[in-house]
Amino acid sequence: MKRTVPLLIAMFAGIMLLASTFIPLTETWGETVTIWFDILAVGAFVLGGGNLLKIHLEKISSKRSGWAFSVVTLLAFVITLWVGLVQWGVNPPKLYPTHSWAGNYIEEGSGLFWIYDNVVYPLTATMFAMLAFYVASAAFRAFRAKNIEATLLLFTAFIVLLGRTYAGVFLTDWVPGFMAMITGMTPEHFNTMQLDELTGWIMNAPNKAGNRAITIGIALGVVSYSLKILMGVDRSYLGQD
Amino acid sequence: MLRRHWAMILGLTTLFLATGTAFATAGGATGSDVAHEWNLLEELFNPKKTWLLIWFILISGVVVYYIRVASSGKDLKVREIAGLSAVDEAVGRATEMGRPVLFINGILDINDIQTLAGITVLSRVARTAAEYGADLEVPTCRALVMTTARETVQEAYLAAGRPDAYNEDRIYYLTDEQFGYVAGVTGTMVRDKPAACIYMGAFYAESLILAETGNHIGAIQVAGTAMPSQLPFFVAACDYTLIGEEFFAASAYLSGDPKQMGSLKGQDMGKLIGAFGIILGVLMATLSVLFGGGIFETVLVYLSEYMFGDDGFLMTIILMAGGGG
Repeated sequence: MKRTVPLLIAMFAGIMLLASTFIPLTETWGETVTIWFDILAVGAFVLGGGNLLKIHLEKISSKRSGWAFSVVTLLAFVITLWVGLVQWGVNPPKLYPTHSWAGNYIEEGSGLFWIYDNVVYPLTATMFAMLAFYVASAAFRAFRAKNIEATLLLFTAFIVLLGRTYAGVFLTDWVPGFMAMITGMTPEHFNTMQLDELTGWIMNAPNKAGNRAITIGIALGVVSYSLKILMGVDRSYLGQD
Repeated sequence: MLRRHWAMILGLTTLFLATGTAFATAGGATGSDVAHEWNLLEELFNPKKTWLLIWFILISGVVVYYIRVASSGKDLKVREIAGLSAVDEAVGRATEMGRPVLFINGILDINDIQTLAGITVLSRVARTAAEYGADLEVPTCRALVMTTARETVQEAYLAAGRPDAYNEDRIYYLTDEQFGYVAGVTGTMVRDKPAACIYMGAFYAESLILAETGNHIGAIQVAGTAMPSQLPFFVAACDYTLIGEEFFAASAYLSGDPKQMGSLKGQDMGKLIGAFGIILGVLMATLSVLFGGGIFETVLVYLSEYMFGDDGFLMTIILMAGGGG
């Protein structure tokens, strides 16, 4: 029973979504199923919050390594929750000027907006900015010319990096004209010898071909995996493989 | 069980075919009748998706057929996926070093198919960790994923005969915020120095931050995702990467269940159909350029706009037959 009911719910939801793709009459059914998930996800916020409190309180009480970070996490959690629940700084709507609770809690001027603008946003931007350094270190490792494949990758990356900047145009814009002069053909014949044009070709031909092959494989994998779930062949997500 | 599913699939197919037949019948009527029938019937079936339906039935049919073949006991040969063999190796290494295994299930919720596929791999990782006596840590980005992961890991420990070793506090929720989650996970990596980091699920910009941090602490890393834009980062920073379809094949491959292996064979047949479509398209495009369009151009347009596009199939025929243009 513990396995059968969730399995049937999963099958039902899957078939509903499938039907809503092909049958316009059932389009709203698919949306309803999606809303069911949203309702479940809201309930999960309580689970998540409870787990967060439990894990970090335990860590603080046992003074495990890094417990100070748990204090910061819990403080941030409680303050944000409090600011949101009491609608701190929320402006009342024009229709109900005496009811500040009816205001939009994420509009400019509210406490939550302030937290987002001054804490969450800068911290997120900081983490994202660090990506540049990670890209540099990963590129350094990936582009080492260890074998023929890696050398080809290095060469292609060099062309694309130059082609994506003005350096590519600056260094090679004379090539088509020069080649035309030597061969007597028109410069358009040698356009792809300019780094920016060559970059465009690399991205639109070999890169796109490889990308599409991966995408087709993924699509087939999704179909196959979805069918296994719909048919109850794969039940590992229910805790049973 | 399979027989019931066949009945379900047949039921759906019958419904769609009945709709198609109704369209074909309406094709013999006059223009105004067709318009009237059209309004009624277009509620039952979106004709623009006829080819999508045909592809869906064809590929699903092949997958279901091979699942049946595998169920009947026929041995199906499936190629080995190096990245999956590495999962056991990674857990074994962590056990030897006495350090934990870190499993990251992506940053999307449980309604994403990649998260589900990741949970399937987690099931196997947890079982191996339980058998070897390794410590498994699973920080999650969504509360529902945490609940599902706990259930899965608990079952895996039970199946391995080590229910006592299961500790639900090792599977915990961090935050829904993408970079907040990354900060939490990378902090754990740097402090606990896991010997193996396994990334299976949907990832965005955080993929490289996670994988590079794992690389920096010297962990053996295995990744699997169906996000094409993140694959290069994983390939650059991880020891093994499951690319797209391999990631979805992982659950079948790891389970060793013949039915699931059958689905892999069906998937391969789907690839064959796709490859045939690509070759036909390339051929038609080349011939169209060589011979100045004509029939080749028509076939090419039908392939790209109708068969692999959303211009329908029956709709055009019906409208033409009814004088609707």
